[in-house]
Amino acid sequence: MKRLAATVLGLGLGLGLLSACQPVLRGTGDLGLVVERADGRLMVVENSTSTKLASVSGLGDLSHAALVYSRDQRFAYVFGRDGGLTKVDILSGAIAGRVMQSGNSIGGAISQDGSLVAVANYTPGGIKVFDAATLEQVADIPAIGADGKASKVIGIADLSGRRFIYSLYDAGEIWIADLTDPKAPRLTKHTNIGKLPYDALITGDGRWYLAGLFGEDGIALLDLWNPDKGVKRILDHYGKGKEALPVYKMPHLRGWAVAGDEVWLPAIGHHQVLVVDKGKWTEKARVDVAGQPVFAMARPDGKQVWVNFALPDYSKVQVIDTQTKTVIKTLEPGLAILHMEFTAKGERVWLSARDSDKVVVYDTETLAPVAELPAVKPSGIFFTSRAGKTGL
Amino acid sequence: MRMLAAVTGAVVLALAAWPAAAEVAPARQAKLKDMVAQDCGSCHGMTRQGGLGSPLRQEDLAKLSAEAVIETILEGRPGTPMPPWKAMLSREEAAWIAAYLMGELK
Repeated sequence: MKRLAATVLGLGLGLGLLSACQPVLRGTGDLGLVVERADGRLMVVENSTSTKLASVSGLGDLSHAALVYSRDQRFAYVFGRDGGLTKVDILSGAIAGRVMQSGNSIGGAISQDGSLVAVANYTPGGIKVFDAATLEQVADIPAIGADGKASKVIGIADLSGRRFIYSLYDAGEIWIADLTDPKAPRLTKHTNIGKLPYDALITGDGRWYLAGLFGEDGIALLDLWNPDKGVKRILDHYGKGKEALPVYKMPHLRGWAVAGDEVWLPAIGHHQVLVVDKGKWTEKARVDVAGQPVFAMARPDGKQVWVNFALPDYSKVQVIDTQTKTVIKTLEPGLAILHMEFTAKGERVWLSARDSDKVVVYDTETLAPVAELPAVKPSGIFFTSRAGKTGL
Repeated sequence: MRMLAAVTGAVVLALAAWPAAAEVAPARQAKLKDMVAQDCGSCHGMTRQGGLGSPLRQEDLAKLSAEAVIETILEGRPGTPMPPWKAMLSREEAAWIAAYLMGELK
């Protein structure tokens, strides 16, 4: 009876007065977060309506912020540049927990079972691992390379089991930390993988880990189905090449670059995107683009790859057809396009235009803008569909 | 006496920075400030406490000469991701940024 009365009241008042104490039930699958990096704030956004539902502030220095989602897609774990790890409840738009875990961090990952969150740190280097529920620290794993020095950690991703893989930037190593027993993490180290791995990706199937090298040409590849074979060098021509052009922004590598049986990689310094055969690991093609690529992201169906650029060309975005390997459209969605994110099935893509203070939404079939949201210096955009994907 | 020396020092620094700053128009200065925060900030942190790139706080740069900072901005640091910015910045603009980072301009 009481429940019936509440329902009637709820229907009568709709979203009015009662909503503060009796929120309307909803899921999070249609939601996402946009980083307003200069203000240490997140926007909670909804895909279907292209609207902002809430703002969450108090997240510290979010320059180069990244985040991962809990497997129920309700919580985001936000990795701030200042070393802050913040757990955000996107349903209530509130901070559910926050720890200052290091001086300076670059990103993180959540374990396959959703129980552990690992943060990759620049200062003092190494990774720290936290209980995803409580944010209690469960492990602190320094990254001392074979050279005996502390190293910055980059390119962290989740592997099967309670394992994380990451690269040591200064030492040139790939490590796997197994936290089956968090009190006694087991480390597997691959040394001498190449100079200055600057970012890495794991393919969505969890099999291949690719670390891009800044200090020399080529990519370090580890087959995680056959880890005993060790790290192999592939794509000797991938890199800055003979005429080392200045690189105005480091390219980003993630599993989103896989389209069918091809991996699309931003070239370093050159105005090209490379197409690599996934499995054979040979170069299939190069596509000329409008600038130095930063992100090359495949639409979820793999039919298109969208590319954004380093300055001074960062107000352009190009769309490549993956079958013909040609640029089918050059877009100018706004000033300083920092990031792109596809909806789960790829019918739309959201782009952050930092210097236009807005987020622009495009239809990926018509390649026309369909919506805009004001946002203060937006950078990363993250939809909850990432929760079910390895490496994102 | 010590205060007088400090004041004199500040005046000398201000004078040294002045010619470079004077050659960058105010609208361009605003752009450069933005560039330091946003674009340099990608590697060095928006609050300049460092990241993939080294920290650029005033105290971090205190051990360097303005000339060294200007050279690094224009020519980059070979062997590291720090690129040469001379294709996008004039020497006067690099000098303005160096002075701005080193706390000689507001």
